[in-house]
Amino acid sequence: MGVDAELLFYALQTGLLLGGFYAAVSVGITISFGMLDIVNIAHPAFIILGAFVAYYLNSTFGIDPLLSLVIAAAPAFLLGRLLYKMYYYAFERHGEESLQGLAFFFGILFIVEIGLILLFGVDYRFVEAPYISTTFNFWYVSLPLRLVIPLVVGLLMVTAIQLFTSRTFLGRAILAVSQDPGALRLVGGNPVKIKEIAFGVSIASAVIAGPLLIIIQPVEPSIGRDYIGRVFAICVLGGMSSLRGTVVASMIVGIAEAVTATFGGPAWAPAVAFSLLILTLLLRPEGMFQR
Amino acid sequence: MSGRAMRVATARPIRRRWGRRYLLPLATCAAIILATFAVADSFHIEYAYIASYPVFQYVVLATAWNILGGYAGYVNFGIAAFFALGVYTSVVNYLTLQLPLPLMILVSGVIAGIVGFGMGYLTLRLKGAYFAIATLAFAIVLNTVFNNWYFVGAARGVSVLRPPAPYFFGTYPRYLFGVMLGLAVLSVLIARAVEYSWIGRGLATIRDDEIAAECSGVPTLRLKLIATTLSGALMGMAGAPFAYYITYVDPASAFSLTTAVNTVAMPVIGGMTSWIGPVIGALLLGTLEQVTTVTISSALSVMLVGVLLVTFVALAPRGILGVVKALWERRPWAKP
Repeated sequence: MGVDAELLFYALQTGLLLGGFYAAVSVGITISFGMLDIVNIAHPAFIILGAFVAYYLNSTFGIDPLLSLVIAAAPAFLLGRLLYKMYYYAFERHGEESLQGLAFFFGILFIVEIGLILLFGVDYRFVEAPYISTTFNFWYVSLPLRLVIPLVVGLLMVTAIQLFTSRTFLGRAILAVSQDPGALRLVGGNPVKIKEIAFGVSIASAVIAGPLLIIIQPVEPSIGRDYIGRVFAICVLGGMSSLRGTVVASMIVGIAEAVTATFGGPAWAPAVAFSLLILTLLLRPEGMFQR
Repeated sequence: MSGRAMRVATARPIRRRWGRRYLLPLATCAAIILATFAVADSFHIEYAYIASYPVFQYVVLATAWNILGGYAGYVNFGIAAFFALGVYTSVVNYLTLQLPLPLMILVSGVIAGIVGFGMGYLTLRLKGAYFAIATLAFAIVLNTVFNNWYFVGAARGVSVLRPPAPYFFGTYPRYLFGVMLGLAVLSVLIARAVEYSWIGRGLATIRDDEIAAECSGVPTLRLKLIATTLSGALMGMAGAPFAYYITYVDPASAFSLTTAVNTVAMPVIGGMTSWIGPVIGALLLGTLEQVTTVTISSALSVMLVGVLLVTFVALAPRGILGVVKALWERRPWAKP
């Protein structure tokens, strides 16, 4: 049984491009789940929220989705900080975050989704921008801009966060929290404050990924669920708190999905990430990369 | 959690007369079933059965979820998966053999139980958070499978015609109502029996401190597997009559996120440490939802559930049961 080489080539190409977007989507989970140990299953809901912000700004004011990404980042950061404050005072302070925190974020996920349904309905929404239908072709390689832009923005975002965590004082403090909050307290740092900022960054990254998503495809409120598996699969596969691992794992999931969609039909793609997640948890729960 | 541990240690003498142990609960259940039937019949309207069916369905789901989630502290988000297994067992049966419903409920229970065991075996050695994510993952994988399985209608769905109701029940909605009421009572009895047995005590130790439990010789994996299997089986059984209830089954309705959120919200709101908590939660929330769906809108009624879930889990993590207990302990007329 020969596999069509050309199809495989195109699948790999799409997978790599998609992987860049997945990196943008998952970097926030790497921060919240991987570094801060906050199981934020509502993360994808904030991606969809970002997508609808872009839709709203585009359809009412004609603002470019890439500009709305910049506009939405700061309020999203504050929203994330607020959410962490609620989470901290309700659960983490009492050491009851495991079970109740999960239920809390599950509720948040649901509230955001239903809220968007109440506001925008269940129809697919899309944005208009000049570059969405542009495609560059070189030899065999075709680069549709609607996939290239998310890839570029995604990689820029991961790089920025990588530089932030490795070069700045605050960023290193976030890494310190993820390693040992008790020790950080001993040297005079306030883990709660630092986690609050890091969680704000995590939610901001999710909301930033939203406009990218709506550039790639039309969006309706409930498609966020498909991303729950993807982001956690990528985070676990990449080794929880490793940003480099997140990028590599995003590429792997992107390629695996594109290959499955090409040879097995697009309807099977949602199952790919979850199967990878379960396989990883079973075979190598520590993931590929460790810091 | 120390209150619970003390209660386990000091509660109930081991030996009881069998009359109190078996006869009293059974008589109570029979009385509840008869009384509920009498109340529903007194409306003289078919809609009474149709509106109360989901409430009893949620009693089963919430009680089943609580066996693992409340007693052992393992959050299962894959409710929709087990429920849908039951629904689709019913659909497959409808398309092939057309066996009677009670038999299908049993078969659904067995299938969902086996799947629950398998899933538990694969994932229960993981930490709690990973378990929760894996169950969510499992639900979506299964959803994808049913989206692609053309025999049961794939994403398009399949319509199910109701057979004539058994003679005693009159109409089919009344029959479904009776079946679900029976299942609700059965699942509550099972949950109660589990709670007061060695299994319930073992699960409580897992919830309080799994490592300490394991070190003291509690067979944690085996207990968790029992709980997952039982919980999955009951959820599957709740799904089996659903195909005949909505009469048009597609993956979107069988794997609805609303079912999952409701099932998590009800025990959380009622109180998770005892069998009565999910029952209180399901009856209150289920009824509230039916009322708001009819009077306001269905989108708003599910929104309400989400808001209540977040509010309760943040402000009253022990649920209604915990609030009542706290008020009772502070009652002004108590002897000092």
